Amino acid sequence: MRFGILVFPGTWSDTDCHHAVCGVLGQRAGYVWHKDSDLAGYDAIIVPGGFSYGDYLRAGAIAKFSPVMSAVRDFAQSGGPVIGICNGFQILCEAGLLPGALRRNGHLEYRCQWTHLRAERADTIFTSRCDQRRPLAIPVSHGEGSYFAHPVTIAELEAEGRVLFRYCEPDGRVTDAANPNGSVANIAGIINESGNVLGMMPHPERSCELLLGSDDGNLIFGSMADAVAAATAGDLQADPVR
Amino acid sequence: MPVSKEILDEIALSPAEYQMIVDRLDREPNPVELGMFGALWSEHCGYKHSRPLLGMLPSTSARTLSQAGAENAGAIDIGDGLAVVFKVESHNHPSAVEPLQGAATGVGGIVRDILAMGARPIALLNSLRFGPPYQAANRRLLRGVVDGIGWYGNCIGVPDVAGEIFFDESYSQNPLVNAMCVGIAPIKDLASAAANTPGDVLLLVGAGTGRDGIHGASGLASRTFEEEQELRPTVQVANPFLEKVLIEACLEALGTGKVRALQDLGAAGLTSAAVESVARGERGFALDISLVHRREEGMTGYEVMLSESQERMLLVAAPEHVRDVSAVFEKWDVPCRAVGVVTEERVARVTEGSDPLAAAPVPHLADAPRYRLMGSPSPDHVARQHLQLSDVPLPPDVGLGNAGEVLLRLLASPNIASKRHVYRQYDHQVQTNTVVAPGAGDAAVLRVKGTGKAIAVAIDGNGRQCFLDPYQGAQRVVAEVTRNLSCVGAEPLALTDCLNFGNPERPDIYYQLEGCISGMADACRELGVPVVSGNVSLYNESQGAAIFPTPIVGGLGLVEDARKHCGAGFPAGGLAVVLVGAGKLSAGPHDLAGSEYLSVVHGLIRGRPQIDLALEQRVQELCRRLIADGVALSAHDCSDGGFAVALAESCILGDTRVGGAGPVGFTASAEFADSIPGRWDAALFGEAASRILVSVDPSNLAAMLSAAQEARIPACAVGETGGDLLIVGSLLGVAVADLADSWYRGLSDAWI
Repeated sequence: MRFGILVFPGTWSDTDCHHAVCGVLGQRAGYVWHKDSDLAGYDAIIVPGGFSYGDYLRAGAIAKFSPVMSAVRDFAQSGGPVIGICNGFQILCEAGLLPGALRRNGHLEYRCQWTHLRAERADTIFTSRCDQRRPLAIPVSHGEGSYFAHPVTIAELEAEGRVLFRYCEPDGRVTDAANPNGSVANIAGIINESGNVLGMMPHPERSCELLLGSDDGNLIFGSMADAVAAATAGDLQADPVR
Repeated sequence: MPVSKEILDEIALSPAEYQMIVDRLDREPNPVELGMFGALWSEHCGYKHSRPLLGMLPSTSARTLSQAGAENAGAIDIGDGLAVVFKVESHNHPSAVEPLQGAATGVGGIVRDILAMGARPIALLNSLRFGPPYQAANRRLLRGVVDGIGWYGNCIGVPDVAGEIFFDESYSQNPLVNAMCVGIAPIKDLASAAANTPGDVLLLVGAGTGRDGIHGASGLASRTFEEEQELRPTVQVANPFLEKVLIEACLEALGTGKVRALQDLGAAGLTSAAVESVARGERGFALDISLVHRREEGMTGYEVMLSESQERMLLVAAPEHVRDVSAVFEKWDVPCRAVGVVTEERVARVTEGSDPLAAAPVPHLADAPRYRLMGSPSPDHVARQHLQLSDVPLPPDVGLGNAGEVLLRLLASPNIASKRHVYRQYDHQVQTNTVVAPGAGDAAVLRVKGTGKAIAVAIDGNGRQCFLDPYQGAQRVVAEVTRNLSCVGAEPLALTDCLNFGNPERPDIYYQLEGCISGMADACRELGVPVVSGNVSLYNESQGAAIFPTPIVGGLGLVEDARKHCGAGFPAGGLAVVLVGAGKLSAGPHDLAGSEYLSVVHGLIRGRPQIDLALEQRVQELCRRLIADGVALSAHDCSDGGFAVALAESCILGDTRVGGAGPVGFTASAEFADSIPGRWDAALFGEAASRILVSVDPSNLAAMLSAAQEARIPACAVGETGGDLLIVGSLLGVAVADLADSWYRGLSDAWI
């Protein structure tokens, strides 16, 4: 499979994601420049972390107008897997692909630290390799990562099982102390209604090698690769010519 | 003389220096020329008072690729065809005036120094000094500086991996903000800053030029200042997003192979960038400033030449390559303008359209006068060095074991307390190389992708000890930074330094400057590390008092096998703990000299610190070997707060793996506890150098002790890890949780 990794001028997790999915996971990947609007040839899209256009206004508020984001919207609408990480999550929310917003951290400070995440479901294309009983060790690094949405929206997300990751203790308990930024209900990541778009504040690409402290991030990228491989196999079987 | 004293003061030139300019030009300089001379002859750019002394420092080794001063930063061969480039630089005065922008632009400036070498910035470090945090003005500076460093570093995607912070009254209103950047590049791709080919085009890229920061080099950094408010306009304003784009665009432009040289615009802006480039290439330039893109209307030629607007670089390219180079910047939406050409004739010629503005020989501009002064210690210097144990009453027993209360106080002292509250505001993981993160070890460890290796980086200083004895104090600083590298298993390869001092025209300050540099030089020779880059910040005074003499030293080390590194926390219970470098705890007055204990508990800054460099070298070598062999499971040096604080920190950190068990206790053996002298305060909290606390599996203890003996290194087993308490005989019995509470809260409590 081939991942497409978006590059805005202020993106800095692009090469980290590339290293994670190619160097570690052994998949293929290409960079997609923010002025491009063609995603042909990519099986999944990563909207990586960084400061897209500087984020002097509001994180992701300008990125949503970029040519590449129109293409991402179409890609997502046709069912393609999209993962937004950190600034990528902020951009997906601003672009309306995911509900809610990321506010300034509750304590008003930037936070770079390890967190543990409970995968609430293992039946999505992003978590099929995860085990709900074993929290993932994945770090955060952001100043505006406090997830917020209207209580009705939160209730919908919960009811529909769209809260995919929650900050928790290493043993899986969801506590206030484990919440690094004041997110509502310890929400670290959510998916869209169709389940093919994920936004998460923590950085799975930073936890793909034990040398760096954890390789749990592979579970997420690996799940995506599995899903694409399965879909491709399905297509091949359905193809009468073959 | 046609210029007034006031004008000369503004550009920090003396009347004698003005006369020197007139003699060299054989005429009066015009205002633009005078401004250019003033900037280039400033202490910041011209090193008037320091260069003659800097020659003492060794600057080469088998691994050096570029020497201090020859290029923008030092470059070290780490094998595999790769070079590591690094440098530390001060931004003290701007940070005193406007802490957030001052610190942010300090980070930006040092990053561009690394970029100018053609290297990708991979790590930031910083060393900070402030007045006591109980004063609101100092807290404002602390918060502003930390915000500025975090804002800039986080936005440009370069991890901030290590640093240090120290508080003392002498830094009140004159904080030190020293930022270090580390970059990496294939050796074959290292860039030059030398514009050596006549006809080449000078391309100014990046931000528009504005009025910010005029006289930053000469006005702010080259004289003392009392009326800081009036200098506000000389502080530059940062745009980290543009810096990030500039990094990518410059590296991509270099990748075309069509850039001959590049140079950052830092202090003294376009003037120093252009003059230094052609001075290195032994050429001249013709610059038309009407071609410079600006962010303000109506700027004079003087303002354009001396603006210190940030996020700008000067590129040199052959005329036939200008289109291809420009295309890269166009892709990144970064302005790129041809503003001049390199000339055969060694003259710096500036015009605005067809109007001549300046024409001065490059060798004269680039050759600042050098002063060798006579230093002498201040009258109270000898008295300060005098310390007897009888001057220091033994603290009373308050029930935690005699020493427990003192230990808790020291752990909560902002100088010793955990800096977690600061470094967790900095992204220290981006670029996915951080193996040992801030707080987990004595130095940061970064793996080098594509190799099995890792580099280690650390930064250290000790102004208090340099104040007491410039020569010995500076030796101890070099020893400490290399020891910190050794404690993570890295072989020290090279150093960079930032020399922060008061007004060198005062004999007592010059004495400090000379003593520190000569101490550093001797320590570097003994420990086999060159100083390959650096910066000098003088005139750090306010209200007539100088800061402590504060040489800050950044170190680079190499770990051949990235997996064979080590942290500072005891990783488990049941391990034997060994003190390497001392056969028992000593308790002489020199152990207490300049110690945190003496300052915090007794309010004294006294004594004469010492160091034995030959022992230091052996201790570090053994420590590295123990880590490489997998024998040492943790290593932490005894520095601020001495043996007891090092022991407490290793307990508090404990198992630092992600999701690891955390703190672990320790119990000293009866034999060791009994060996502690009656002056337990000097023994436990004295800061004798060359000592490292190592934990090993008990099955390796005997072999390890005999290895130390063979290497003629005193060492002793001190006890075993385990439980929840830190126990040393009847002297210490404290819950590790309480120690951790003091240590973690010490700085964050001071924050509010």
